[in-house]
Amino acid sequence: MSNGKPSEEHHPMEALLRMDRIPHIWCSTCGLGTSVSAFALALEDLQYDLDKICIVSGIGCTGRVAGYVKLDSFHATHGRAIPFATGLKLANPQLKVVVFSGDGDLIAIGGNHFIHAARRNMDLTVICVNNFIYAMTGGQVAPTSPLGASCSTTPYGNYERPFNIPHLAESCGAVYVARWTALHLRRTAKSIAEAMRKPGFSVVEIICPCSTLYARRNRLGDGLELMKFYHENSIIKHGADPRDVDIDFQSPIVVGKFVDRDRPTFIDGYNRAMTAKLGEKFEPYGVAPAEVHDG
Amino acid sequence: MKFWRTPLDSDRVKVPHGRIHIIVERCKGCAYCVEFCPRDVLEMSTEYNQKGYHPPYVKVEDDCVNCRLCELLCPEFAIFCTLKEEEEVGNKEEVGHVESRS
Ligand SMILES: Cc1ncc(C[n+]2csc(CCOP(=O)(O)OP(=O)(O)O)c2C)c(N)n1
Ligand code: SF4
Ligand code: SF4
Ligand code: SF4
Ligand SMILES: [Mg+2]
Repeated sequence: MSNGKPSEEHHPMEALLRMDRIPHIWCSTCGLGTSVSAFALALEDLQYDLDKICIVSGIGCTGRVAGYVKLDSFHATHGRAIPFATGLKLANPQLKVVVFSGDGDLIAIGGNHFIHAARRNMDLTVICVNNFIYAMTGGQVAPTSPLGASCSTTPYGNYERPFNIPHLAESCGAVYVARWTALHLRRTAKSIAEAMRKPGFSVVEIICPCSTLYARRNRLGDGLELMKFYHENSIIKHGADPRDVDIDFQSPIVVGKFVDRDRPTFIDGYNRAMTAKLGEKFEPYGVAPAEVHDG
Repeated sequence: MKFWRTPLDSDRVKVPHGRIHIIVERCKGCAYCVEFCPRDVLEMSTEYNQKGYHPPYVKVEDDCVNCRLCELLCPEFAIFCTLKEEEEVGNKEEVGHVESRS
């Protein structure tokens, strides 16, 4: 540990963390650390070679994840996690590329990249931590803030209709879409593992407490109170129509796996189209990675 | 589907027992571990750590079933659980680490 007295005991998560950066900057009762543990649990289940997994974040409290996880990682500029991840995947198709970022980063400034990566079925797994707010910059309204929620830029309550992330992802073409809360960490981990196994654009939304800005501003107590709220107000509905999973201010939250379907990925589409035109002359890209890349 | 109230191999199934480790100085006192432990093993302490937070302490370790929920929920990576050795399981003389700290 860089602060405080060094601990003689080793938490199992330490293997996956850059311990020189721990303790992290996240506030007391923030759910981000829990979301990182859910990701770690998914990796434990997948047993992939960790050298083949990359993690990309944008800017925000959630964006810090790329800096704390001991994997090859990149902390992109605000909103640009998906374009960076796309380049990484296309240059090195044998990598498993995970984007771990916030609702503002992915759905506001990065919204255009999100919809097009879904449309193209880019082979990425997006873990979107939705705390309903731009937390890092002081609690401004986000395109995910529920109607009526108080934010620093909507002191009388948000009056803009928010995006429903699963519906957005599904309608743009994502092949796997799930939503959980930070409290459902075993189910979140299971979904992250399923999403990472699935070729194509997969999205796992994690509803997560921001204690300092969202909870306090809205007089909802702290992150612990929000976790208790999730405990009492989450409704598990696998296969629910994503159109029906809007989130209202402090309304029950529908969680579960909503979409699991197959579509050709971007690379599949490219290979099919080129093979159809060029036949034998075309060497398919990004298949049989061991042969292509390891000689 | 049929559901047996008593598993057929109930005489052979052992309930796992866990030992809790708390890295007190890393804790930010969120109480997730205390609130969601299914066996009510933990409680918040009234003492402060160096950062000024109240860490949890182990109230009744014997009730811990090593489910690891506290470990996974902890946003600070400050608490974890290990499986106790088989011979220790059910050894009631060992109870009484109230306020025990790691
Ligand atoms: C181009 C650019 N515009 C604005 C910002 C300021 N900014 C930093 S983080 C952020 C919002 C983050 O919100 P979110 O992605 O939801 O992350 P959170 O902090 O809530 O986890 C903004 C607007 C920036 N860093 N760069
Ligand atoms: S501001 Fe909110 S999201 Fe950011 S670390 Fe604090 S509680 Fe977490
Ligand atoms: S491992 Fe499970 S039973 Fe044991 S203290 Fe943690 S949450 Fe409670
Ligand atoms: S969950 Fe972790 S940070 Fe929160 S009180 Fe328990 S040990 Fe401390
Ligand atoms: Mg946010």
